Amino acid sequence: MAQTGAIGDKIFRSVVLIAAASILVIVAAIFYMMAQNSIPTIERFGIGFLIGREWRPAQEQFGALPFIYGTVVSSLIALFLSVPISLGIAIFLVEQAPKRVARPIAFMVELLAAIPSVVYGLWGIFVLAPFIRNYLGPFLQDYLGWLPLFQGRLTGIGMLTGGIILALMVTPIVTAVVRDVLEAVPTTQREAALALGATKWETTRIVLGNAASGIAGAVVLGLGRAIGETMAVTMVIGNSPQISASLFEPANTIASLLAANFAEATDKIYLSALIEIGLVLFLVTFVVNALAKLLIMSVAGSANSAKHV
Amino acid sequence: MSRMFNRINFTRVVGLLLVAIAAVSVSCSGVKMGNGAGNSAAGSAIRLQGSGASFPKPIYEKWVSEFGKIHPNISIDYQATGSGAGQKALVAKTADFGASDDPMSDDDMKAGGGGILHIPTVLGAVVLTYNLDGVKEPLKLSGETIADIYLGNIKKWNDERLKKDNPGVTLPDADILPVYRADSSGTSAVFTDFLSKTVPAWKEKVGMNKQPSWVTGVGVGAKGNDGVMGQVKQTPNSIGYVELTFAKANNLPAAQIKNKAGGFVDASLESVSAAAAATVASMPDDLRIQITDADGNGAYPIASYTYILVYKEQSDAVKGKALADFLWWAVHDGEKFAKDLHYGPLPADVVTKVEGKINSMTNGGKPLRQ
Repeated sequence: MAQTGAIGDKIFRSVVLIAAASILVIVAAIFYMMAQNSIPTIERFGIGFLIGREWRPAQEQFGALPFIYGTVVSSLIALFLSVPISLGIAIFLVEQAPKRVARPIAFMVELLAAIPSVVYGLWGIFVLAPFIRNYLGPFLQDYLGWLPLFQGRLTGIGMLTGGIILALMVTPIVTAVVRDVLEAVPTTQREAALALGATKWETTRIVLGNAASGIAGAVVLGLGRAIGETMAVTMVIGNSPQISASLFEPANTIASLLAANFAEATDKIYLSALIEIGLVLFLVTFVVNALAKLLIMSVAGSANSAKHV
Repeated sequence: MSRMFNRINFTRVVGLLLVAIAAVSVSCSGVKMGNGAGNSAAGSAIRLQGSGASFPKPIYEKWVSEFGKIHPNISIDYQATGSGAGQKALVAKTADFGASDDPMSDDDMKAGGGGILHIPTVLGAVVLTYNLDGVKEPLKLSGETIADIYLGNIKKWNDERLKKDNPGVTLPDADILPVYRADSSGTSAVFTDFLSKTVPAWKEKVGMNKQPSWVTGVGVGAKGNDGVMGQVKQTPNSIGYVELTFAKANNLPAAQIKNKAGGFVDASLESVSAAAAATVASMPDDLRIQITDADGNGAYPIASYTYILVYKEQSDAVKGKALADFLWWAVHDGEKFAKDLHYGPLPADVVTKVEGKINSMTNGGKPLRQ
């Protein structure tokens, strides 16, 4: 390689510095724009915007709570379903599977991540919703019907369907990150555990313990994905701003509301309300992603220091 | 060792990035070249930009292509952005013409600086489609029963009132799932306008709106006509409302609706035209009119005009003339494409009124046509 000297280093340094600074500027600009444009509703409704339960654009009544609730609950359902499966896939790929099995499975998981969300939505309407209405819903009502979660009428469209679709979309991301995290755990640890007479299961538990904060980071990254999903959710969640204990009832999420209504919001106060609810989503996603990044950095750091010992 | 590995990786990443950048810039320049060539070939091309309602998009696209065959120097681009956005684009002058399913309100007209013309182009209708296993004959519904279904007062298909309107039809003992538009839509405006006119309780609780406040806990929302259709098709015992053109194109079952004269009427081009004919006499000078719940035995009660919106005074003489010619062609020669696309053509009396409006378009005070 040709030598570049001190000037080359300086140029290199300023180029990457500009790249890093630009992302800060972009985030700040987005935040400023949204805050600026939501001033009308912030001034008019204050905290009532966040805790109100009625969303009636025609009457200029804007309560965002049902959307915040729907966003959080559908994302939690998604994580509840996808995290165990993702962990299982990742552990199998790293700890158990021979290479020629692991490769095609890893490829399939990555393929899942590449499917456009509208395809997930169509699949949700045409396959998942009838399945929930005809099989899963009646099954849950038969055995767990005493829980308020599973009461009410079964239409196949609602919070649970939205959550399951999100789970499918989150799984590849969580799987990929967990797999990388597990691979970052030094092989010497596994060898040491096996040498001390630990079984495969016991060894895996030790590996998981060491990778815990990285796995948490993967989960939070998945949560960020679930919170921001629009099209697939819009198609199966029922788009009704209500807070219901039943998972079979229709609900709505912030991202889905924005996708369905932003283009046609011509009214000034309505536009401001949509931007403010977007700001809420932005803040939630921002915090969630920041947490994920911190956790991933910490696991990568400790894995590196372990290598050098 | 690991350093070496990192460097190889780094070089590879940079290389990939360079390839990607090169690919993008090649494809971009390709597009630019294509555009440039197109422009120079057309010579003094006139470009008109329209935006608005999605409901008339199929016929506007047909008109644009047919009109383009006669006037190859005029190219028109129509973006289906929605009625509200169409009104906004016209007022903001980001489009040469707007399109809207419902007429602009007095306030919006004033905010637009006045001088906005409403040109009705074709007729449409909203139909109630449903998913009922084993029901072959068309369902009969009235404003009252539709309103009560969407208000949550009629919960089951075998409700006494539905049975009374549908003698001889075996209605199932099943919960009704109403499906509505979750997005803002001219279709919702026409639908709720009809219900507000016929049912006082509806007017009080929900009212007429492009995005009405649906009763919480009743039914589910879906995005767009296709969203409503998908939901109804996939959910047994559901009911939803979509545009007539959309229902016809997809062979959806459609309910007969009780009109003002008391008969149950199929949604068809004839019954929609009958509704228009019955209201011609009461059409105001500015042509802004809702034709839901029209008089007349054959009139379908959930019908509407769709409008193109233009400024009376055009700032550009050449573009203004092209626009006026296009509108003139559309309401005369263009109307013959309406039926194939399931739109109702304008009644002759309305065409006469529209001619007057198009002829009143000016540039610098001078009429554009003549």
